[in-house]
Amino acid sequence: MADLPQPVRGFGVTFRTMFKRVVTEQYPEDKDKYPPKPRFHGRHQLNRWPDGLEKCVGCELCAWACPADAIFVEGADNTDEARFSPGERYGRVYQINYLRCIFCGLCIEACPTRALTMTNEFELADASRADLIYEKQDLLAPVLPGMLAPPHPMAPGTTERDYYANRIKGAVPDQAAGSPAGQEGS
Amino acid sequence: MTITSNTGAEVAKAETIAVTVDGVGIEVPKGTLAIRAAELLGIEIPRFCDHPLLDPVAACRACLIEVEGMPKPQPACAQVLSDGMQIRTQQSSPVAREAQEGVMEFLLLNHPLDCPVCDKGGECPLQNQAMQVGRPTSRFEEDKRTFPKPISVSAQILLDRERCVSCARCTRFAEQIAGDPMLELLERGAKQQVGTATDEPFDSYFSGNTVQICPVGALTSAAYRFRSRPFDLVSVPTTCEHCASGCSLRTDSRRGTITRRLAWEDPAVNEDWNCDKGRFAFTYMAQGRITTPMVREDGALRPASWPEAIAIAARGLAQAGSGAGVLAGGRLTMEDAYGYARFARAVLGTDDIDFRARQSSDEEAQFLAARIAGTPATVTYEALERAPIVLLVSLEPEDESPIIFLRLRKASRRRPATVVAISPVRTRGMDKMAATWLPAAPGAEAGVLDEIMSGGSLAETSMAELRDRLQAPGAVILVGERAADVPGLLSAVARLADATGAGLAWVPRRAGERGALDAGALAGLLPGGRPLTDADARDAVARAWGIDAGSLPTAAGRHGTPLLQAASRGEVAALLVGGIEFADFPDPSLARAAVTATAFVVSLEQRHTEVTELADVVLPVAVVAEKAGTFLTWEGRPRPFGQVLREDLAMSDAGVLSMIAAELGQPSPGDVPALRRELGSLGPWSGARATTPGVPAQAITARAGITLASWRLLLDSGAMQEGEPHLAATARPTVARLSEATASHAGLAPAALVTVSGPRGSVTLPWEPAEMVDDVVWLPLRSPGCGVFADLGQVVGGEVAITPGGAA
Ligand code: SF4
Ligand code: SF4
Ligand code: SF4
Ligand code: SF4
Ligand code: FES
Repeated sequence: MADLPQPVRGFGVTFRTMFKRVVTEQYPEDKDKYPPKPRFHGRHQLNRWPDGLEKCVGCELCAWACPADAIFVEGADNTDEARFSPGERYGRVYQINYLRCIFCGLCIEACPTRALTMTNEFELADASRADLIYEKQDLLAPVLPGMLAPPHPMAPGTTERDYYANRIKGAVPDQAAGSPAGQEGS
Repeated sequence: MTITSNTGAEVAKAETIAVTVDGVGIEVPKGTLAIRAAELLGIEIPRFCDHPLLDPVAACRACLIEVEGMPKPQPACAQVLSDGMQIRTQQSSPVAREAQEGVMEFLLLNHPLDCPVCDKGGECPLQNQAMQVGRPTSRFEEDKRTFPKPISVSAQILLDRERCVSCARCTRFAEQIAGDPMLELLERGAKQQVGTATDEPFDSYFSGNTVQICPVGALTSAAYRFRSRPFDLVSVPTTCEHCASGCSLRTDSRRGTITRRLAWEDPAVNEDWNCDKGRFAFTYMAQGRITTPMVREDGALRPASWPEAIAIAARGLAQAGSGAGVLAGGRLTMEDAYGYARFARAVLGTDDIDFRARQSSDEEAQFLAARIAGTPATVTYEALERAPIVLLVSLEPEDESPIIFLRLRKASRRRPATVVAISPVRTRGMDKMAATWLPAAPGAEAGVLDEIMSGGSLAETSMAELRDRLQAPGAVILVGERAADVPGLLSAVARLADATGAGLAWVPRRAGERGALDAGALAGLLPGGRPLTDADARDAVARAWGIDAGSLPTAAGRHGTPLLQAASRGEVAALLVGGIEFADFPDPSLARAAVTATAFVVSLEQRHTEVTELADVVLPVAVVAEKAGTFLTWEGRPRPFGQVLREDLAMSDAGVLSMIAAELGQPSPGDVPALRRELGSLGPWSGARATTPGVPAQAITARAGITLASWRLLLDSGAMQEGEPHLAATARPTVARLSEATASHAGLAPAALVTVSGPRGSVTLPWEPAEMVDDVVWLPLRSPGCGVFADLGQVVGGEVAITPGGAA
């Protein structure tokens, strides 16, 4: 073999490889076959309490922690008419700029309410810069069954402490009555 | 601590003592507190309750240090040093460090640590000092004390009681500085909390300062709650545009929007404080703004391009030429006022110009020309603090110049009876300044001053003694802009100042008035206090402006009411109008008629107003945050400030005027540095000044009716307080004030309403008995539900009728 001319030896490599296991993954055809690892840092998500109220209190600690200055938050007051989170304060404006984000996860560590976590979603390409600034509605977790879309009141007889102590297990009818969405539905 | 004069240095030297801090020797003046000595060496001792301008209380114990020879650690903020004393801070003493750690742990026991929802987070002394001297973990496992979330101590100030560290800064501020002791520490031990003693709200014009000095987030303002974090903010040192006190402020903005304003430390002017108007009234800048030039076409305003609008304005104004008049308004920066002053004389060739959008008089103009315009700041805040006597004439400092009030209150805490106030009403502000009240009905003030000169007597006060006190070195007479309401008063003030040698200062209310005066925005006055009628003065100004002296007007023009009257008769060919409101003029309908009757009106305005509705050309200009500039305090002290909102391209008044001038082929500076340079090159006038007016004091004729007394409250219906409901809710209620005798004579029942009627109409409002001159009624000049000029059609000192107005 060592006597063969170089080009022929090269074809030998090709020939051998034909019998090896294929490692190439077909994207996007086969993407579900190869999900990312559970701890993969993907798109952020703004979580909800089990009754649908938002966890984010608009504290801006995530924005403060972010080394890439990718997050913009503006807090505001919850009112009796429009409550988005337990307690006094909620995040009125929430934006993450995915042109800046380096997916380091420092924001997740900074968040005092576990409002901000990361999903495994990695398909974050788009055609314009503006589309890559995700707004609050793009980041909010879905309203799951048993939840009620805010604004609506806290569970009757509870304070934000009950939420933080995980004593809220889901929305109750009284909350629906107090919410504009609930009134529409009934 | 700055020692300026030689004698001061010698005195200070004679009284120093030698102490050692952490083994380092230092000489400090006798009486220095340990915490200050450590600061001088750059050693920072943690502290919460300590504040250089408040009396020490040693309430928080965060500053414990070891003092040689004392068995237990001592609070550095209350430890007065004596010669040879050796102290050790946490830097070198394990005892001090452990004591501080213990106190910090103790303070955090009941602290909710809800930093994420606390406005102070990120700029919180408790956060910072807990990181510096606190232990990393707490041993406290029990339940923390909780209170229901914030309670309102006033419409503006919110209190989260569980965050309070009981440092008593807010209560001491309220009691010692503002004199409104309505915040108190209540209860004891773990339940200790700040609150209002009764159910009454914390009623103070200075309440915002408590938010600023609270070392934790216990006190927050409704206006700034949850608005932003310190790291979001771009901070610019600025000057307040609301009054002639001239506070240094820090303006914080976030992405082109102002989020808050804070008092910025300036020992020479506002020390560490400011008033709530300056702190909270800034939202007007974003409301109802004019965004594009407008021109009138077929009777209606339509948007126009800048070049078109400038061309039309230039053509119309050039046609009018010296037949035009200029109403500049009192809110301008000095540079902008100078722009108007220069444009009127150099481009239009008219001297019909006035900045006073309020009650004014010829006598006042002459007084200002003779005594105030272009004079250096001699009567200063410091002079007020040291003065053996301060005589207030037509001035209610708490409402009209709050920092004067704070200084006089500071002075009076050391030397009571420093302040003497001539006024128809004895006010709460006077009591807080421990002032002697010299009652005088509106219009009778000049007579009282003459009485002082001749040494007569009035009530229990000996006028001769007053005169003697005014002759002492450092005595001061402060006269407010309201003195223009009373014929002969400014003449009498000048006479008294001359006779006694007392310092004399004029205190306008608006921030721009003193600057406009010195910039020459008043008929008869060129910049720097130069009389227009003086040929040398005209030469100097023409040289600086690069024009021919012959083109300047030579005869003093019209101002104030005569100018408006002429305009209302259609005798003024064109009007150039800055920021004015009709309701501010003693005769609002005359001001409106003047603008309506004038054939061509150019309005330079920030926001849509009654004037812009009537104007032929409307040119939008920058608000104070969008431009750099200078305000002069009442003292005459320049307060330059920079631009806060840089994204905005709005032009200043002077910039727009320079564009019109350029259109007419007469270039003039339009940017702030160039305006300052030119104004600076002129400097003050050293030649002959106008003569002091000699209007004799009016004899008061007995009157059957009731005399009207009035001034503007600090918080009222002013256009620059719009859009801030929390602030408006802290304004004093609109009430009439009458003496008991007057009220019972008029048949008013207690707690009922009173109707006050003037020539044009009447107002009905609640009334309050007050210690005041009989047969006088006091009304707020322009508060919600009571506009004296617009609703009554009467001027201050005029006659009104009072009748019962029904049940409240
Ligand atoms: S993951 Fe890192 S870079 Fe991205 S938003 Fe969070 S902190 Fe910023
Ligand atoms: S996501 Fe978390 S850290 Fe960010 S603002 Fe909301 S609560 Fe604060
Ligand atoms: S409210 Fe603030 S300033 Fe007042 S005592 Fe408490 S911590 Fe001190
Ligand atoms: S005292 Fe006057 S200058 Fe100072 S903040 Fe108040 S309004 Fe502004
Ligand atoms: S700072 Fe000394 S006891 Fe509070």
